Amino acid sequence: MGEVIVITSGKGGVGKTTTTANIGTGLAKLGKKTVLVDTDIGLRNLDVVLGLENRIVYNVVDVVEGNCKLKQALIKDKRYDGLFLLPAAQTRDKSAVTPEQMAKVAKELKDEFDYVIMDSPAGIEQGFKNAIAGADRGIIVTTPEVSAVRDADRIIGLLEANEMEDVRLVVNRLRSDMVESGNMMNAEDVVEILGIKLIGVVPDDEQVVIATNNGEPLAGDDSLAGKAYINICRRIMGEEVPYLDLKRRKGFFAKLFGKG
Amino acid sequence: MSFVDFFKKKSSGETAKERLKLVLVSDRAACSPEIMERIKNDIIEVLSKYVEIDKEGLDIKITQADGEGPDEKSGPALFANIPIRTIKERN
Repeated sequence: MGEVIVITSGKGGVGKTTTTANIGTGLAKLGKKTVLVDTDIGLRNLDVVLGLENRIVYNVVDVVEGNCKLKQALIKDKRYDGLFLLPAAQTRDKSAVTPEQMAKVAKELKDEFDYVIMDSPAGIEQGFKNAIAGADRGIIVTTPEVSAVRDADRIIGLLEANEMEDVRLVVNRLRSDMVESGNMMNAEDVVEILGIKLIGVVPDDEQVVIATNNGEPLAGDDSLAGKAYINICRRIMGEEVPYLDLKRRKGFFAKLFGKG
Repeated sequence: MSFVDFFKKKSSGETAKERLKLVLVSDRAACSPEIMERIKNDIIEVLSKYVEIDKEGLDIKITQADGEGPDEKSGPALFANIPIRTIKERN
């Protein structure tokens, strides 16, 4: 019996889908059978971030409406053993699925997989309610910005009201140079404000943009973000992993001339 | 900018943190300005029975009260600063 984890944020554009794709890839690399569910019906994107957009036949709405069996709608990622995607429908809207139906899908997947990761849409409406319906625990993604943290706080309140006890935080797109100059809140500031436990800090790394361009998540590679993502996966699995030093190492010449 | 100002100036990161704390206090308490105004008027009404209040100087706000232990969450608290002009004599 696996676990259902919802990735959510409140605010859009903070990196929920990228985080979902990388956590899924990382868990699969660590040998866990993982399925990623895109609950953003009408605005699906998890397929393109994973590079699986050309392989979609059926989607979650087809499953709910009985047009296909659950297994038929799952897309197997050929690059990683044990990684699957259940895509969202693109030509429907959030009302096509109810929270009860989504919870039932999640429950069914839980029997087959170690981890079922629900990628939530932005907002606190029906799509969000669908995404959290069957979830055992939650991961909130935020960036170190006033607007994103404020929305994260609201989401934490809603998850608490739904009696979700295990809710952890990913601080995404942290720029250590700006933290150092005092022009960005650091992860500790955000944790202090939100009052929930951290599960990961991901640096603002251009490699993430490149990975998304190519449809190849970078969890587990040598980039700083890739390492941060695989560490999140290990923490999800219950390991104690120390946090990375996100300070960009200055090159020799930069040091010499005091730049960079 | 003077030399002293340079050291006094808050970094934008600190400003962000302070602004967030304030906005979250009212978000969490879910108190609209209209409700605050009503609370204020009710306080004035009740207290006016006993004391004469400086209505202009009255200030109420919801702020953060510190919790006890390190794991204890701090909750919102209503702070009121109510200047009293005179205490009314009892009849």
